[in-house]
Amino acid sequence: MADAPFVRFEGVVAGYGGGDVLKGVNFDVAHGGVTCIVGPNGSGKSTLLKTVSGLVQPRLGTITFKGHNLVGMSPREILRLGVVQVPQNHSLFKEMTVEQNVELGAFLVKDKKVIAQRLRSIRETFPIVAERAHDKAGSLSGGQQRLVEFARCLMLEPELVVLDEPSMGLDPKTLHVMFGTIKMMNSLGRTVLLVEQNARQALKMSHHGVVLENGLVRLAGTGTDVLNNPDIAALYLGGSVSTRPAH
Amino acid sequence: MTTLLEAHDVSRSFGGLQALAGCSLLVERGSITGLIGPNGSGKTTLFNVITGYIKADTGRVSFEGKDITNARPNAVFALGIGRTFQMTRIFARISVVENMLVATQREESWLRGLTRSKSSKSELDNAMEWLDFVGLARLAHLPAGALSYGQRKLLELAYVLVADPDVILLDEPAGGVNLTLINEIGEKIRSLNAAGKTFLIVEHNMEFVMNLCDTVTVMHQGCNLVTGRPDEVRSNPLVLDAYLGGGDDEDVAEEMSNG
Amino acid sequence: MKLKQSAWWALALVVFALFPVVVTNPFYTTIGIFTVMYMSCATSWNMFSGYSGYVSLGTAIFFGCGAYTMALASIDWHVPGGAVQFWLVPLGGVVAMAIAVPLGAVALRVRRHTFVVITIAFFFVFQLAAINANFTGGPAGLSLALIPWQGNAYNTPFYYVALLILVFAVVLSALVRRSRFGLQLLAIRDDEDRALGLGVKVKAVKLTGYTMSSFTVGMAGALYAMFLGQIYPQFVFDPVFDVTVALMAFLGGFGTLLGPLVGGLILESSQQYLTATYSNGSLYLILFGALFLIVVLFMPQGIVVKVKEIWMKRSLKDADGVDGATPVAMAGSVKP
Ligand SMILES: Nc1ncnc2c1ncn2[C@@H]1O[C@H](COP(=O)(O)OP(=O)(O)OP(=O)(O)O)[C@@H](O)[C@H]1O
Ligand SMILES: Nc1ncnc2c1ncn2[C@@H]1O[C@H](COP(=O)(O)OP(=O)(O)O)[C@@H](O)[C@H]1O
Ligand SMILES: [Mg+2]
Ligand SMILES: [Mg+2]
Repeated sequence: MADAPFVRFEGVVAGYGGGDVLKGVNFDVAHGGVTCIVGPNGSGKSTLLKTVSGLVQPRLGTITFKGHNLVGMSPREILRLGVVQVPQNHSLFKEMTVEQNVELGAFLVKDKKVIAQRLRSIRETFPIVAERAHDKAGSLSGGQQRLVEFARCLMLEPELVVLDEPSMGLDPKTLHVMFGTIKMMNSLGRTVLLVEQNARQALKMSHHGVVLENGLVRLAGTGTDVLNNPDIAALYLGGSVSTRPAH
Repeated sequence: MTTLLEAHDVSRSFGGLQALAGCSLLVERGSITGLIGPNGSGKTTLFNVITGYIKADTGRVSFEGKDITNARPNAVFALGIGRTFQMTRIFARISVVENMLVATQREESWLRGLTRSKSSKSELDNAMEWLDFVGLARLAHLPAGALSYGQRKLLELAYVLVADPDVILLDEPAGGVNLTLINEIGEKIRSLNAAGKTFLIVEHNMEFVMNLCDTVTVMHQGCNLVTGRPDEVRSNPLVLDAYLGGGDDEDVAEEMSNG
Repeated sequence: MKLKQSAWWALALVVFALFPVVVTNPFYTTIGIFTVMYMSCATSWNMFSGYSGYVSLGTAIFFGCGAYTMALASIDWHVPGGAVQFWLVPLGGVVAMAIAVPLGAVALRVRRHTFVVITIAFFFVFQLAAINANFTGGPAGLSLALIPWQGNAYNTPFYYVALLILVFAVVLSALVRRSRFGLQLLAIRDDEDRALGLGVKVKAVKLTGYTMSSFTVGMAGALYAMFLGQIYPQFVFDPVFDVTVALMAFLGGFGTLLGPLVGGLILESSQQYLTATYSNGSLYLILFGALFLIVVLFMPQGIVVKVKEIWMKRSLKDADGVDGATPVAMAGSVKP
């Protein structure tokens, strides 16, 4: 396991029926680490994550996860393999309550006791899940909904967690809790693959960083490699720390 | 400076939940005002009340001294108040550039729309210029439903700017947008502001808010907690406690010192 | 590309114009008249409902009003049977519009789902009124003056007037799609409240669209009355008409310019043919049901969009490895 990559993308080409959005993506996701993908808007980050969870089928290439080729598998089969994704767009069932939404996250788990126990710990970490348990999910504010979506993915204990901009719309305090939870999940052995526009903070806590640009990997390395690359900083991280104008 | 937009003691509840509990806000003419606060503190709800998307239970909203409480969204827009939505609301099945054109008719009578084409040359050029600014010019003829999340946010921003209102309310314009582009948007806001536009901005990116705004109002649980200059606000213990998180938070502290 | 498109339209027009020249059998020209008539109704239904997303199931109101206008006007004004009556066709459209304004003002106060229900309710009010009122001739209907034309050529003038109405409907629909007004209708379809907040006068725009779309349907109704020479309330105010017109647009492609034309052509010609050949009035209803299922299951966006998609996919396969800069076609792209 140590040498074989946990997830390997090889020549992945994918799109939505018109032109290709991903144009041959190659990189590895190491087992047990946090890998962060950054890049400009529309570069194909979400598309790449969707190919992992089976929501977009690559036209060419392979994606290997623990020896299985994910290409051609249905989202459900991939979920059963232990891959859970939190999508970028708001994906809660708006007419269902917060609690029902969170419970739905555990539909693969049969053991009632396990579900109850996980629900309890989620309520502790994210009080909103308890406070607004019986409100319709659609009535929550944007940031609150984001948090519930994240909470939902904790109901399964997946091997690979795929997060599409988990911090979007979160206030600074909640963002801290969110990143803390991601770190904790990782330290409990879960591999994390995430996309973030809050790139500085995200790269800081990531072991690996990948820069996706126009459907191709521009740079892959450690989180600090990406953070300290001056070109990348200027292009996609809002300028390097030292060159940013002082207030 | 004079007050341009004012919300006075606005309350609104949803069932048992008090989303706004006597919230007041002043926006001075020609300012860039920040509105920050924890998730669920009522920022978007206040935007909705100001722009007529929901009704206030009590309280008053006025614009240029005129009472506009509970005016309809089109009336508010006609006065020159434009807004974006946090959860983007683009027109998904028409093209990106057509989205822009929907917004460019503030002063036009509806009858005129029957006899004219979708856009004049100058409107189209103007729309394309804005699209180019947010990096969407290449995608102008795609249906807007094909945009990525961040691109939708940018389109939403662009079509409010193309409508050219006097006051622009932005609900988390930077959420999901690439950092370098956020800086460019910040620059654009500053230059529009210099040209006379007034901005009210909700945003969680503290660097963006603190660099850009003249005044910041912090909301908490439906009330306004603190109002002041950015540097006053960011060191206010109430704000640290309710919003930014205590001083033990090194990431945030670092973000702040960078700002 | 543009040129090619207009060439196709011109070709289609020539084919339709030559139809009664080539086919002189009245059995087929009658089918032709009904088909063209329905195509124009579906097109103008789509010009409001398809663009704005407000599905109306009360279109037969305008058809019926147009038909009664033709009948009553030619009887009351003693218009002799013949070509002069064609001048009353636009009047049918005008009366339909005059009725659409108050109806729309009431029905459009509510949102989509309720709107459908209200239009159905209005429809039955009109049907009942036509059956029970005196001036409509009650259930016995009205007879128009005989038209003194003979032989195979009887159908020809009707066919060309119907074609004229169709051309009018298509041109109007295309112009609307290109105008600022049409853009506003499309914006209303996608997010009405957002459009309102961007200054679109949604009430006025919706009412204008609704009224405009009633004009062609009223003309078609008037032509129908003149063609048959006899109208009955249950046939000109026919709920099947309401559904058929909408179904045609859905089958061909809701909200597209070409869709209702394709849908109308397929549905109406096959319906007329089946009814006439098998003299079984309800056979086509089974056909409609089956078609409806096929559309909903396999091409929810209609034939036109489906064919375009397949076309796109094929051209993509031909040019494998194209770059992302080529325009992305996707589900949901509803452009005529
Ligand atoms: N459903 C869709 N249909 C067609 N094209 C799409 C669709 N979704 C995305 N695209 C296109 O694919 C490209 C990549 O989209 P993707 O969502 O992967 O971007 P992203 O890198 O996640 O961007 P962002 O940072 O804005 O979320 C974009 O140019 C977008 O326009
Ligand atoms: N339509 C609604 N129905 C019920 N509750 C709502 C509605 N809109 C907002 N709320 C609640 O009001 C509070 C404030 O929401 P909002 O103004 O969106 O917060 P934010 O400050 O994050 O923008 C939240 O607790 C939210 O759940
Ligand atoms: Mg994305
Ligand atoms: Mg909000």
